[in-house]
Amino acid sequence: MNEIETVARYALLAAAVCFVIGLRLMKSPATARRGNLLSATAMAVAVAATAAIIVDRGTVTAVGWTVLAVGAAAGGLAGLRLARRVRMTAMPQLVSLFNAVGGGAAALLAVGHLLDGDFGVRVALPGGLDIVIGAITFSGSLIASGKLQGVVPSRPLAAFRGARIVNLVIAAVFTVGIVWLSLEPDRPAPLLLALGAGLAFGVTMVLPIGGADMPVVISLLNACTGIAVAMAGFVLDEPTLVIAGAIVGASGVILTKLMADAMNRSITSIIAGGFGTGDEPAVAGPAGPARPVTAADVAIQLAYASRVVVVPGYGLAAARGQQELAALARLLEARGVVVDYAIHPVAGRMPGHMNVLLAEVDVPYPQMKELGEANAELPQADVALVVGANDVTNPAARRPGNALSGMPILDVDAARRIVVIKRSMGHGYAGMDNELFANPKTGMLFADARAALMAIAASVRDFAGQ
Amino acid sequence: MTADLLTVVTLFALALLVGFEVISKVPATLHTPLMSATNSVHGIVLIGAMLVASAADDALGYAIAFAAVAFGAANVVGGYAVTDRMLHMFRAPAREPERQERP
Repeated sequence: MNEIETVARYALLAAAVCFVIGLRLMKSPATARRGNLLSATAMAVAVAATAAIIVDRGTVTAVGWTVLAVGAAAGGLAGLRLARRVRMTAMPQLVSLFNAVGGGAAALLAVGHLLDGDFGVRVALPGGLDIVIGAITFSGSLIASGKLQGVVPSRPLAAFRGARIVNLVIAAVFTVGIVWLSLEPDRPAPLLLALGAGLAFGVTMVLPIGGADMPVVISLLNACTGIAVAMAGFVLDEPTLVIAGAIVGASGVILTKLMADAMNRSITSIIAGGFGTGDEPAVAGPAGPARPVTAADVAIQLAYASRVVVVPGYGLAAARGQQELAALARLLEARGVVVDYAIHPVAGRMPGHMNVLLAEVDVPYPQMKELGEANAELPQADVALVVGANDVTNPAARRPGNALSGMPILDVDAARRIVVIKRSMGHGYAGMDNELFANPKTGMLFADARAALMAIAASVRDFAGQ
Repeated sequence: MTADLLTVVTLFALALLVGFEVISKVPATLHTPLMSATNSVHGIVLIGAMLVASAADDALGYAIAFAAVAFGAANVVGGYAVTDRMLHMFRAPAREPERQERP
């Protein structure tokens, strides 16, 4: 190791340290942006250090330099364009897409490295794991992204009964691939077997999973990419990749567990497929009579309340109504109403999805209440306004013996009055009637979330004008 | 360049622990930006792709290296850019007067 490489290696180590500090700064919204900038700077340093190492080695051919420059420019520009243009409602699919390319790159570099030389099991085993996990993340994240974008059907494909057996067979195939690769690292056949089986597994694993389970799936795929990158670090003997990959893996595991706990479901049961019913259109009537209300009724209740708690859900994102919601909240606040937001951990399609939507429309983050805080506040609320949330408010979860039993819910029924904005009496993901809708305190406003919020705001303005 | 395997495995284990420790302190409000930020961090795979590209010397090797570098670069640039965009939106309670317009 000469001086240039030594300096570059210390720079890489410093970068790894900065990644950790950068994530540490995300403990508060006030410092989070600085943390991200620190992490980005560290990444630039790491890339520069690596460039110095390969220049110093002098093994790169002219074609190699072209490949590097054009590849980096093409990828970087594509990433930047996507990042600049994405709507906040479409954030889950973009995060999923970046996850896919990360996993894909990890798998590809192991393929490239193993094809390039003669290695022992010390490189071939992590190489096999990297290829399989990276391939699963790549195809799995693409399918997840497609489902979120609506390109791939988002309902759980319950008709695909043999899915579990197919998954087991594919898992056996890639295990064989990894073992074979470890024994004969210089042959391309086991490598291709592992790659192919990994790609297939990603598809068959994610395809049967329904939209509302997406927060768990995205978190899990995030963890997988981290582990794949760590494995790539073992393949290339590059500690920085190992450290960064392990941290991302740990983060993904934590989020996966938080999400699964918030649904009171095990990760295996989610991977094994949805509730079997899925995001179906309205199929049956409510448990009891629901009381329809008009936008003007809701406006009066809200305008004369002193505390309002808004419960946003995926329906708000789907209707892209966050701007209208914030406008209504500002009107109410101008009248002296205290408005807060109760956010269930699995509301939306990825962890924290609702918070980003609300932040986009300038809702200050202290008004976004987590489950525990929100449940402490709901009994003091004059009106709970449910916009596009369903299963996370269903009181049936408190009773044993149904699909939602044991799931921590928002105690919306503790509020003095309840207003639910919803397009129809359709079921939520769990395929169950929401008992909240039949509560005598509940008024149902049947409309698209965005249109309804605009109508309510217009009525509130009318009162204010009088 | 030849780190002992045990040393690297040790690093892996310790980094996992650091990850658990650091990440569990992030509030739920920031979970989406957190996920996006960790996405950018695994963009470090770009430097691995660069190392593989530096050793490539045939058409297949170049093709694989090209795809890996492009994927890695998209991951890094897009990941940090979108995380910054999101975090920029999270603001403290703006109780100061005359602040209706977004900056």
